[in-house]
Amino acid sequence: MAASSPKEVLDVDGPAAPPRRNGELVFAAPWESRVFGVTISLHRAGVFEWDEFRQLLIQEIGAWEKQGHGEEEWSYYERWQAALERLLAAKGLCSVDDLEQRVDQLEQRPPDHDH
Amino acid sequence: MSHDHDHEDADIALRVEAIESLLTEKGIIDTATVDEIVRYYEQDVGPLNGASIVARAWTDPAYRTRLLNSPDLAIAEMGYGGTEASRMVVVANEPKVHNVVVCTLCSCYPWAVLGLPPTWYKSPAYRSRIVREPRAVLREMGVDLPEDVEIRVWDSSAEVRYLVLPERPAGSEALSPAELAALVTRDAMIGTAKVPGPTK
Repeated sequence: MAASSPKEVLDVDGPAAPPRRNGELVFAAPWESRVFGVTISLHRAGVFEWDEFRQLLIQEIGAWEKQGHGEEEWSYYERWQAALERLLAAKGLCSVDDLEQRVDQLEQRPPDHDH
Repeated sequence: MSHDHDHEDADIALRVEAIESLLTEKGIIDTATVDEIVRYYEQDVGPLNGASIVARAWTDPAYRTRLLNSPDLAIAEMGYGGTEASRMVVVANEPKVHNVVVCTLCSCYPWAVLGLPPTWYKSPAYRSRIVREPRAVLREMGVDLPEDVEIRVWDSSAEVRYLVLPERPAGSEALSPAELAALVTRDAMIGTAKVPGPTK
C-alpha cells in the first residue's frame, strides 16, 4: 500500500498524541481484566456466539437494576462475571458445584501465597 | 463501606480466578492468550484509532463520503477491524444536528475504533437518562446545545455500533491530520463532548 498507516503518521507518544483513555484506567481492578480476557478468549475459541453472552449480560444488568440498588453499588464487571458463570454452566463447561469447590480451594491457600 | 466493598472485590476476584484456572486445566483457554487479549485492550486499541479516522474524514472529502456510506470498509482501509460480528454506522454532527451514542441494555461500544468504554458509559444513570432527557444530560456533561439543535440518540446493539463524526472546530484550518487527531477526544466520538478548537 502506498499510503503510510495512520499509526505511523500520528504522533503516538509525543506531545501531540491524543489521550488514549482520557486518563481513565481501562480496568479498575486486575480481576476485571481477567474476566474480560477469559470471555474474549472463549469467544475466539468458538465456545459461544457473542450474542448468547450479550443476552445473558442484558438479563443480569436488568435484574440488578430491578433490585433497587444504589448507584454506588454498581459494578459492571460483576454483572459480566455473573453472565459468564451462567454461560459456562449452560455450556456444560463449568458447573456451579465445580466453581464453588474451586473457590473453596483457592480460599484455603495460605494468606502469604505468591501468585 | 469501603471495607465491605474491598471484601466483595476479593470475593469476586476469587470467583474469576477459579473460572480461569478451571478452564485452563480443561485446555479450553490458556493464560498466555488471556494475557495477550488484556494487553491489547489496555495498550493497543483506544480512541486514537477513532481520532485518526475523524481527522482523515475532516481533511479528505472522498474519505468522508466513504466513511458515511460504507463505514466498515472505510474503517478497514485505515487498518482497524471489528472484533465482533457487528456493523459500524457513522453519524455526522451538523450545525443543527447533534448525535450521541448509548447502549441502553448493556454496554455495546465500537471497541475496534474507541477501545473499551469508560465507566460512565456503562452506568445505569447514563444508559437510562440520555434517552429520556438527552439535552439535560449533555448540559451536565458540558455540552450546552441551543434549543434549535436536534439531538439524535443512537442505541447500540449486538448488530450495530455507532461512531459520532464530530464537527471540525473553527480555527483548525491550518492543522495537519496528526494535529487534528490530537484534538479529537473519546467523548467527542461518543457525542458527549464537542471537539475544542486549537489552543494558540
